[in-house]
Amino acid sequence: MSDLSQVLERKATRRRWLLLTPALVILVFAASGPLLITLVYSFLTPGDYGGVVWTFSGEAWFNVVFQRDIFDETLGWSDAHLSIFWRSIKLSLMTTLACLIFGFPTAYFIATRPKKQRDFWMLLIIIPFWTNLLIRTFAVLELIRNEGTINTILLGIGVIDEPIQMLFTEFSIILGMFYVYLPLMVLPVYASLERLDFNLVEAGYDLYATRLRVLRRVILPLVKPGVIAGSILVFVPSLGAYVTPRVMGGGNQLMIGNLIELQFGQGRNWPLGAALSITLLAIVMVALLAYVRAAGNEEVRHG
Amino acid sequence: MADRAFDIRKQTGFTGIAIACFVMLYMPIILLVVYSFNAGTSIAIWEGFSWRWYTSAWANEQVQEATFRSLVIAVWASGISTTVAVLAALATTRTRKFKGQTTVFAMINQPLMVPEIVTAVALLIFFAMIKVATGYTGLFYLIIAHSAFCIPFAYLPIRARLQGMDLTLEQAAADLYATPFQAFRRITLPQLWPGILAGAMLAFVISLDDVVITEFVKSAGQDTLPTYMLGQLRRVVTPEINAISTALLGISVTMVIAFTLLSKFRN
Repeated sequence: MSDLSQVLERKATRRRWLLLTPALVILVFAASGPLLITLVYSFLTPGDYGGVVWTFSGEAWFNVVFQRDIFDETLGWSDAHLSIFWRSIKLSLMTTLACLIFGFPTAYFIATRPKKQRDFWMLLIIIPFWTNLLIRTFAVLELIRNEGTINTILLGIGVIDEPIQMLFTEFSIILGMFYVYLPLMVLPVYASLERLDFNLVEAGYDLYATRLRVLRRVILPLVKPGVIAGSILVFVPSLGAYVTPRVMGGGNQLMIGNLIELQFGQGRNWPLGAALSITLLAIVMVALLAYVRAAGNEEVRHG
Repeated sequence: MADRAFDIRKQTGFTGIAIACFVMLYMPIILLVVYSFNAGTSIAIWEGFSWRWYTSAWANEQVQEATFRSLVIAVWASGISTTVAVLAALATTRTRKFKGQTTVFAMINQPLMVPEIVTAVALLIFFAMIKVATGYTGLFYLIIAHSAFCIPFAYLPIRARLQGMDLTLEQAAADLYATPFQAFRRITLPQLWPGILAGAMLAFVISLDDVVITEFVKSAGQDTLPTYMLGQLRRVVTPEINAISTALLGISVTMVIAFTLLSKFRN
């Protein structure tokens, strides 16, 4: 009997891996494999015209945050890189904050609609999310460029004499990222709010709490996992954004994604580009682990 | 008692912010679509209705080529990713926890977790090696790259559908001496169909919309519609870009609505 079950077990295992093979082959070839090669590349020497020379070097990792003075070889912080890291983190945090300020009330609004209407409102949030990111960024670009809609209207009614320069600033990058990533905040916050027990809210009012106090002391603590999840879901793609800062920043306001690209273009320093990519990946992984933890907590709480 | 009931759900100002949010989400897209029909060359001054930008986009050889290339890649990528995702879903759903499960899930979901720019750079490096070694620079690289990042999008709806399915019918088929393949074709597949269709459509949209990975993987002269547009943004923009965007938006929105309806259609 135990022999038979063992045979069956082995057969099931073989069938399972057979079924998984095609997917895993493609993923190894075009996802995880190349990632490992990138890690290897970060320890090589840059070639003169891009590419690499196959000799070991720790230079790329060193150059992620340090630099040698070109004249006297003294060591110093790489100000250019550090300022780009700082801008990436700053803009991503501000984007997350903006998404929270606007996304939370939106999710609350949807969660307090009658049950039948909620799907419709959520569809309105989801549709833009599944449409082309480049097109959405471009739509905002048309709105705020010097010859764009806002400036044309303001000039037309005579409020301003010359167009306000909104494009190619940090503001335009935040606006662009806010616009494209807002749904990522609304979705998890809504999921939390929808399960909120409004009897608890009522209890708060029975105890003479004001609306603001109920929001702060009852609602927010209960939906905190959703808020944390949403914040991480917005922060992570913001940090790795490439298209939005390229289009909205116009090459002046680089973020990490653009710095990475630069190493494969004009910079011709593939190992440095590889090292920067792995650095970005590491930061994102830390944030995602925090997300898994937040999501796990939520399940326990509502389970 | 006399006045209206106290609404415990109300939070001052939230409705206003929510409505502002919906307006903000849709206004830029609506303006983009409206100005694609502009008779003038401006993207902000309305000069009357015309189809001229659609005609000029359609007559533009580069746009034609890019459109065709985008569609070829999307069809291949959604076909490949959906096929392997069905097999993977069959292997990982309705089974006990198995050895290596965490690794398998991590690999399938990798494209969702790793920033696109990192994957793009990794593929650039790896494919550059292969291009040098083999001399081949065709569309295969783009198709396989798209297939890989489409897998999780195809896999998730198929898996969700499979999880909600009734096992007893397949057991009944087995009791009636159906081979595993017969049981799959006659029992599992017909029930799984909406999930497969939903997954394929999602993969198609994701492939059609990709910019970053395509930008890094493509060889010279392999622009897709989105990378063509990205290149155009540096120049003076005419409503032609709006017209192309509107066409792409139309495809995506249709697919998403169809997808939502399909996922609602449960047994």
